[in-house]
Amino acid sequence: MDPKAFVLGLSALSAGICTLSGLGSGYGQGLAAGQAAEAVGRQPEARGAIMSTMLIGCALAETCSIYGMIVALILLMANPFMVFFN
Amino acid sequence: MNFSNQNLWFLFTLGDTEIYITETILATWIVMAVLILFAVFVRLRLRSFKRVPTGFQNIIETLIEMMQGFVKDNLDEDMERHGGFFFGLFVFILTSNYSGMFGLRPPTSDLATTGALAMMVFVMIHGMGIARQKGKYIKSYIEPAFLFLPINIIGELAKPLSLAFRLFGNILSGVIIATMIYNMLPIVFRFLLPDVAHVYFDILVGALQAYVFTVLSMTFVMQKSTDIFS
Repeated sequence: MDPKAFVLGLSALSAGICTLSGLGSGYGQGLAAGQAAEAVGRQPEARGAIMSTMLIGCALAETCSIYGMIVALILLMANPFMVFFN
Repeated sequence: MNFSNQNLWFLFTLGDTEIYITETILATWIVMAVLILFAVFVRLRLRSFKRVPTGFQNIIETLIEMMQGFVKDNLDEDMERHGGFFFGLFVFILTSNYSGMFGLRPPTSDLATTGALAMMVFVMIHGMGIARQKGKYIKSYIEPAFLFLPINIIGELAKPLSLAFRLFGNILSGVIIATMIYNMLPIVFRFLLPDVAHVYFDILVGALQAYVFTVLSMTFVMQKSTDIFS
């Protein structure tokens, strides 16, 4: 087998695995949204404050999956492991 | 299918590197031109403003009041004069994110732009921290014990990094998905169907990320310039 093809194929596979980092942040965001809905149900007058706090928390939870996406993009676009063949 | 940053015009060579005008630079210039022209227009109209606002003056006053409320919620009294900086950040990021709807490549989908914005916030955090805390600023690195010094330094360096990567990743994923949808559809359908993706990725995520970037930078500045241990 051509070693270049092997490296490229494994890079694509690992880029797919990187998207699994969305699992944790998806779970966390769902949890935050559920708790926020509960809080609004309990105290509807504090809706604005709860919403903005939830959005900040969701954005922070999203960061880890963004890191996963950036690693996946680097593996797909920049092909860092091809330098060993030049 | 290509969604990377394109080189438009060749400028000059610096050593071995060739310097180009890229799509990002062009889009940033257009965004800057729109914002500066709007500011000049408002400045010229400022003379005809009256005590009781009507029409155009209403819009401007609503914007300014929104900014002041935004700043009052997140910063303390001393910091309110720096509200313009954060409002400028917010407006620039929002306009850049929305420029994707007009066929430009959003400047915020380039790591250089978001990195520059995050570096500005980094300077703001530590400048305000030193100016307002003085001796306590250095002491805040060895809280709660001296052993935490490396962890605190890494934590400080991670703040601008995560700010830059969050904005960049969110906007770039929107650009990639929009490009994929445009390439997937035949030309006849390219007018209406991708609007759904634009509504979500440009209007919703763009506004949300501009808001999140501004509020998080405000929180970081406040965190470093007030004594949380007292």
